[in-house]
Amino acid sequence: MLIRRPGLKESQVTDHRAYLNRRLFLAAGAASLLPGPALALNLAGYQKGEAPAGEKPTPLEAVTTYNNFYEFGTDKDEPARNAPGRLKVRPWEVVVEGECAKPGRLALDDIVKPHRLEERIYRMRCVEGWSMVIPWLGVPLGAVLARFEPTLKAKYVHFTTLADPEQMPGIRSRVLDWPYVEGLRLDEAMHPLTLLAVGLYGAELPAQNGAPLRLVVPWKYGFKSIKSIVAIRFTETQPRSSWMKANPREYGFYSNVNPAVDHPRWSQATERRIGEFRRRDTLMFNGYGDQVAGLYAGMDLKANF
Amino acid sequence: MKAPFKPLVFALGLLPVAWLAGRFWLDDLGVNPIETVNRFLGDWALRFLLIALAVTPVRQWTHWAPLARLRRMLGLYAFFYVCLHMASYIGLDLFFDWQTLWKDVLKRRYITLGMICFVLLVPLAATSTDAMVRWMGGKRWRMLHKLVYPAGCLGVVHFWMMVKADIREPLIYALVLAVLLGWRAVKAFRQNPAGVILGR
Repeated sequence: MLIRRPGLKESQVTDHRAYLNRRLFLAAGAASLLPGPALALNLAGYQKGEAPAGEKPTPLEAVTTYNNFYEFGTDKDEPARNAPGRLKVRPWEVVVEGECAKPGRLALDDIVKPHRLEERIYRMRCVEGWSMVIPWLGVPLGAVLARFEPTLKAKYVHFTTLADPEQMPGIRSRVLDWPYVEGLRLDEAMHPLTLLAVGLYGAELPAQNGAPLRLVVPWKYGFKSIKSIVAIRFTETQPRSSWMKANPREYGFYSNVNPAVDHPRWSQATERRIGEFRRRDTLMFNGYGDQVAGLYAGMDLKANF
Repeated sequence: MKAPFKPLVFALGLLPVAWLAGRFWLDDLGVNPIETVNRFLGDWALRFLLIALAVTPVRQWTHWAPLARLRRMLGLYAFFYVCLHMASYIGLDLFFDWQTLWKDVLKRRYITLGMICFVLLVPLAATSTDAMVRWMGGKRWRMLHKLVYPAGCLGVVHFWMMVKADIREPLIYALVLAVLLGWRAVKAFRQNPAGVILGR
């Protein structure tokens, strides 16, 4: 029975184009009503993306109701119940600081506007052993970071999520050391696959997916793709991420998807694609090895997990 | 009161299965149905294990003797849900991939402990009939059934180790277990301090 009915709901069989048009219509309508600075991003005219060969995007319903966003609760369905309406995504500012020539405090629009929005349909592999295929909308992180002119001392990029107990009920329990922080090596951050996302399925990011601005690093486990970013800092030393602080034995800085390196408590050899019954084999670098393996040439990936 | 007492608890014990079946029927098992089913059955296995362990303390606190007649049924319900939990893990999650199962049991400590918990409960379920109690003799039977204490501990640790960061839920189970086992330890010590210390 489970095989025949992979949890399809009426909302999931809505024609994709109809869904997109409806969203664009709503966004355009909202934008025209509000005077002053644009409160909605202009997503129109983005460059369409292609799904990886043989992959079909995971239904929107699943992408937006099955989330790990502990600031809104540790159960998968809690972010979708707690984040919309609570998370205030406008106005939104990002502080850029550290080893760069042009630090500053930027509004969301100022970060995104100079770049052309692109759709990127990426596999997303969670460290817990499930995966999705998600059509993100965003700008290459590298192009954005280049504008701040990182200095020669900048070796890493450190990201911080909003931590506001007023908006985020999950912060009251100290399951992690808030605020949530993550980091990339500068060359990983500048890699053309790395995306600074503002939307998915052709519309702005839903709150539970890390609105209004999040990272997407498709060859790393999902927790590296930090949500609701409020600060970007260029550093000389390797940042310690929230999960490294919580459990250094289990979570490393790199956290590249690697079926040969198990998490101490569970195997990473296989994954369950959401909507499928049988597990499938996990691919090295989540299937992006051709593009990113060079970043780690000569490195022991077991030691640098 | 006396007549419908046991059948009522028997029916209550089936409620989680009925609820799961209903959710399945309504296609309401969520985005990751296999995970939902597996977690749900594991939760109820642990809950019934603790409920079964609570029968004797609660009976003595309340001086309500009829509770004793529920102990076997509740213990068997715990075993029933443990079996369903195992079946969903092996049949749904791993889809009878015995090689992976074997690797998991050897390598993943929380699965090793869960499996030991299951193994400890098998002889208890197998010797749950009146005939078996008579055949073994009450004293030996009671000795054997003390295995439920380590099984309870293993169940809680199994859950605790599975959690990534939010330990609040396993903590509740651990506290309940600590009260139920602690009460027994205190009682045993009061009755025979030397026996507890010397392990007799």
